[in-house]
Amino acid sequence: MTANIVNILMGGVFHAAILFLVAAGLQVVFGVQKIFNLACGSFYALGAYSGVSAVAYFTGHGGPPTLFIIPLALGGLAVGLVGVVVERGLLRFVYDRDETFQLLLTFALVLMLEDLIRMTWGTAPVSTGGLYLTYGQARILGATVPVYNLLVIAASVAIALGIGWLLTRTAFGRIIRASADNREMAEALGVDMRWVYVRVFTLGTMLGTLGGALVIPATAAMSEMGIELIVEAFAVVVIGGLGSMRGAFVGALVVGVLRSVAISVYPELEMLLIYLIVIGVLLWRPRGLFGAATA
Amino acid sequence: MRTAVVLSLVSLALLAIPLVAPAYYVTLMLPFMAYGVVLLGLNLLFGYTGLVSFGHALFIGIGAYTGAVLTTRFGVRQMELILPAAMLAAAVVAAPVGALCVRYVKIYFGTLAFGMVFYTFLLKFYKLTGGDEGMRMLRPWLLGSEWAGWSKTAYLIGPYYYFSLAVLVLATLLMWRIVRSPFGLCLKTIRENQLKAESLGVSVPLYRWYAFIISAAYAAVGGALLATPTGNVDPTLAYWTHSGNIVFMVLLGGFSSFFGPLLGAFVFIFLQDTVMSIFPYWRLIFGAILAFIVIFAPGGLMGLFARRRPVEVPRG
Repeated sequence: MTANIVNILMGGVFHAAILFLVAAGLQVVFGVQKIFNLACGSFYALGAYSGVSAVAYFTGHGGPPTLFIIPLALGGLAVGLVGVVVERGLLRFVYDRDETFQLLLTFALVLMLEDLIRMTWGTAPVSTGGLYLTYGQARILGATVPVYNLLVIAASVAIALGIGWLLTRTAFGRIIRASADNREMAEALGVDMRWVYVRVFTLGTMLGTLGGALVIPATAAMSEMGIELIVEAFAVVVIGGLGSMRGAFVGALVVGVLRSVAISVYPELEMLLIYLIVIGVLLWRPRGLFGAATA
Repeated sequence: MRTAVVLSLVSLALLAIPLVAPAYYVTLMLPFMAYGVVLLGLNLLFGYTGLVSFGHALFIGIGAYTGAVLTTRFGVRQMELILPAAMLAAAVVAAPVGALCVRYVKIYFGTLAFGMVFYTFLLKFYKLTGGDEGMRMLRPWLLGSEWAGWSKTAYLIGPYYYFSLAVLVLATLLMWRIVRSPFGLCLKTIRENQLKAESLGVSVPLYRWYAFIISAAYAAVGGALLATPTGNVDPTLAYWTHSGNIVFMVLLGGFSSFFGPLLGAFVFIFLQDTVMSIFPYWRLIFGAILAFIVIFAPGGLMGLFARRRPVEVPRG
């Protein structure tokens, strides 16, 4: 019984750890650039495929399987640099437009990235096989949990703390918060917005691609994974509050754990429950649990 | 004057197409006409009221499933009954959904969440909805006739084509009346200057709510029309990417023009067909087209044709 509950909870927390990374990317971009980036799910898918390719290259060239997590993370992070191209090549043209157009531009990215992934990696699912079991299984209260999942959860928490530190304790973080608060004032004080935007967007993209890379050893990469995840990330940020990092963290836990519980108790409910909660939050507290009062 | 000439030529062409064009292209006209109805309604929200709904596929799904449920479960085969039923079902759902969306939140968030609720319901409640396989939509009767002796293609490119065309023309005329009525002018005032509309005594949430319900009813009619040619309805009709695609069609044609969305639906359907026959990755091409339109031609195709009037691009 306890073993079952632990299994369900650990599955939920693992999913939450991944969701947090993607949602954090969504939040940081929304906070500064005021763009709701639908393509964050596509970046997640891109990271997943790149992670698989990086691991395949690594093990194919005699890399020890126990170190696979290094090429995995590096592959995920490296492909995140595509954020620079997207920001400079597309997004910078629409900052002064109505948000409908910004949203549609990110939808255009969703369409393009989905097919670019199909062209590059084909339509069949790809995976890293059973590699993630090289770290073995841990026994927690009678349940067996892959150590890899625990590592990912730890990494996600560490990244959450790292983002908190970045935002509150560094000069770059202060500039980000100032720009999110009052763009004109930040510019008047000498902040080069182009510089902020390209870095923030790339940071957001890398969080998404890293999330995709880290999830992949436990599952398989499919071309639809991005458009499926974006609606979950959307639920996370609406529940947590748009633009709030704390909101992304709590929202990811709520969505991840509830989904896991729903699947095991009453499978039909799965995501239905999550969207009903989203609607409840929209009704009861439209700005989300941690959203700013003005949002 | 010029509009009148163009319109008469287009009407003549639409009437003549089944007589002159190959059957394949005539069947492609069916989704165009169905989406045409959907987009007329969507543009009442997007173009005329200045709201974007990123979950409008919800109402396409409701319309399509209404048709499927009525024909397969209840033996109601008359299209003349199915279409009003679809409108009614959509309006019943749109009334509470719209009331919440137009008051409390940015509209695309609210409708996206409701759209996904409906999608997951369709997907997961297999016994009621057929799950991911969906349901069959039996061939509806038109004008009281079963058209029993007609093959599927003959039925589609004959009576069903003209029936769809009649629905599209009626929907267009009605929408033309709506946007030119005092009600339509109030919606435009809300889009242009919400504060001024309020101070003139226009109840902004109420007018948005009306517009939302009307556009939902339009989407349901389009959804029911869409279901017949495929003969099957499935949950992807209500999926969020479908919502994105229909907003795309509106923008492609031009949201600031009355006929823009119809042009958008036409170009989208035929261009998609052409691209897919040459190159399997149509999303890559269409994504690039959408990005181009957003950045360089926000007025869409109509904006490119009608250079005389500068296109108003809303700025945030």
